[in-house]
Amino acid sequence: MPIELSDRVQTVPPSGIRRFFEIAEERDDVISLGVGEPDFATPWAARDAAIASLEAGKTSYTANRGKRELREKISDYVADRFDLGYDPAEEIITTAGASEAVDLAFRALVDPGDTVAIAQPSYISYEPGVIFAGGEVLSVPTREADEFKLTAEGLDVAGAADADLLVLCYPNNPTGAIMSEAELEPVAEFARENDLTVLSDEIYAELTYDGEHTSIATLEGMRERTIVFNGFSKAHAMTGLRLGYALGPSAAINAMNKIHQYTMLSAPTTAQHAAIEALDSCANDVVEMVGQYDRRRQFVLSRFREIGLDVFEAKGAFYCFPEVPDGWTAEEFAEDVLREQGVAVVPGDVFGAGGEGHLRVSYATGLGDLRKALNRIEAFVDEHV
Amino acid sequence: MSEREVLELLRENARYSTADIARMTDLEEDEVAAVIDDLEAAGVVRGYQAVVDWDELETERVRAEVELNVRLDRETGYDDIAERLARFPEVKALRLVSGDYDFDMEVEGDSIREVSQFISEQVAPVPEITQTVTHYVMTSYKEHGIEFGDGEDDDRLSFSP
Repeated sequence: MPIELSDRVQTVPPSGIRRFFEIAEERDDVISLGVGEPDFATPWAARDAAIASLEAGKTSYTANRGKRELREKISDYVADRFDLGYDPAEEIITTAGASEAVDLAFRALVDPGDTVAIAQPSYISYEPGVIFAGGEVLSVPTREADEFKLTAEGLDVAGAADADLLVLCYPNNPTGAIMSEAELEPVAEFARENDLTVLSDEIYAELTYDGEHTSIATLEGMRERTIVFNGFSKAHAMTGLRLGYALGPSAAINAMNKIHQYTMLSAPTTAQHAAIEALDSCANDVVEMVGQYDRRRQFVLSRFREIGLDVFEAKGAFYCFPEVPDGWTAEEFAEDVLREQGVAVVPGDVFGAGGEGHLRVSYATGLGDLRKALNRIEAFVDEHV
Repeated sequence: MSEREVLELLRENARYSTADIARMTDLEEDEVAAVIDDLEAAGVVRGYQAVVDWDELETERVRAEVELNVRLDRETGYDDIAERLARFPEVKALRLVSGDYDFDMEVEGDSIREVSQFISEQVAPVPEITQTVTHYVMTSYKEHGIEFGDGEDDDRLSFSP
């Protein structure tokens, strides 16, 4: 008798990117702009600290929430960079990547039948996370006309007033959109009025190229209803080390820790040592990487405009989100440009409502490859459009 | 400000086209060209050269770092000695440095013999030079900020969320 799978897991369709992997395998000259992680290696000081910790035999579990020293440094860092105040003892938990933190939040906060509004297009894990936790997903599409920013009107039209939670991610994966304090305020007001708990994924906060990142948790009346997610993957180029964290009111963080202690126990110890050093001494590396991303961003946006594809001015993360030409779906365009020109991009539909007709183009790739890839896209557009 | 930005990009890769530099900055292409012209005219940018890993070529290229000690007198200063040495095409770099010796000189030639002869016949006899110590370069690991290793392969998945 075959093993019977749970309804929950069967409800979630397989990843939409799977098929593209196989096409990419057929060519050996693929330049990938489909990558959602930095091309930089982790700053050397952080790697060195990780090595030193291994040499010293620091390979046991840590406290469930993570090493106290790390939580204190995270507390200082978010206070300094984003004006966020969280108590290292009760209001911060470190996790195996920000993804684990998001999953913990869903499991700690969502009851069967609860509705979770998700601003889309956005990171592909939110929707499955809600379903695995037994909740219902409500898509809240954002629009190119609004530069993919979430608006109170968009929330209202989607029916988010009746939701229990709201998930947003700015700077945004996949669009590269950011939201200023003034643009976040109506969203915060909507959340306060409709008593929504807000899950704010700010993993790309450092990668903001226009002004300073604002966390929605800093707006009036929001701290008590918001959980903020961040981590070391993007800004410190530490994806494979798996280290993220959540910040929030103690009741929520304690509940998340309850699940975390029975499942993960503690975030990877080696990564915690790397992270302590990253916060201690790698601020300049981050500035350097952000500078590089910003140049590439401007380069890629300029090239898409020259090629003749509409693209809005993405100001965060390391993505831009051009529109495919008339007569194409995003999936057709992405598949054909991969087959014919060997350039990998991700069709926007993968990221949910509002993503159709767009391509996620990552510029977490060196300028030489970016130049080649855009020349190939140009050749493709010249031939077919 | 735009001057610093253009300079930084040229130092990263002097073969970036003016068009690419314009795309990466907020400048127009002709503004970039003008900034570069100004940098050259002002003598800030003195030239553009390839960074060569000679180990990858069949032909031999010998390089040496030479420490020079000099004795100054009333008529002769560092600048005078430097000017005389810098004229030799074999001298690729010449710097006055702090520490145990006075000048740090890089010399290039086609063979050890050629470089040795140049130092013993052209450099050592200069009256103000009291001592030369020659270090032949055996392996170069990094030049002008560029590492000469095999490079790190990009082992990222071609798609990730």
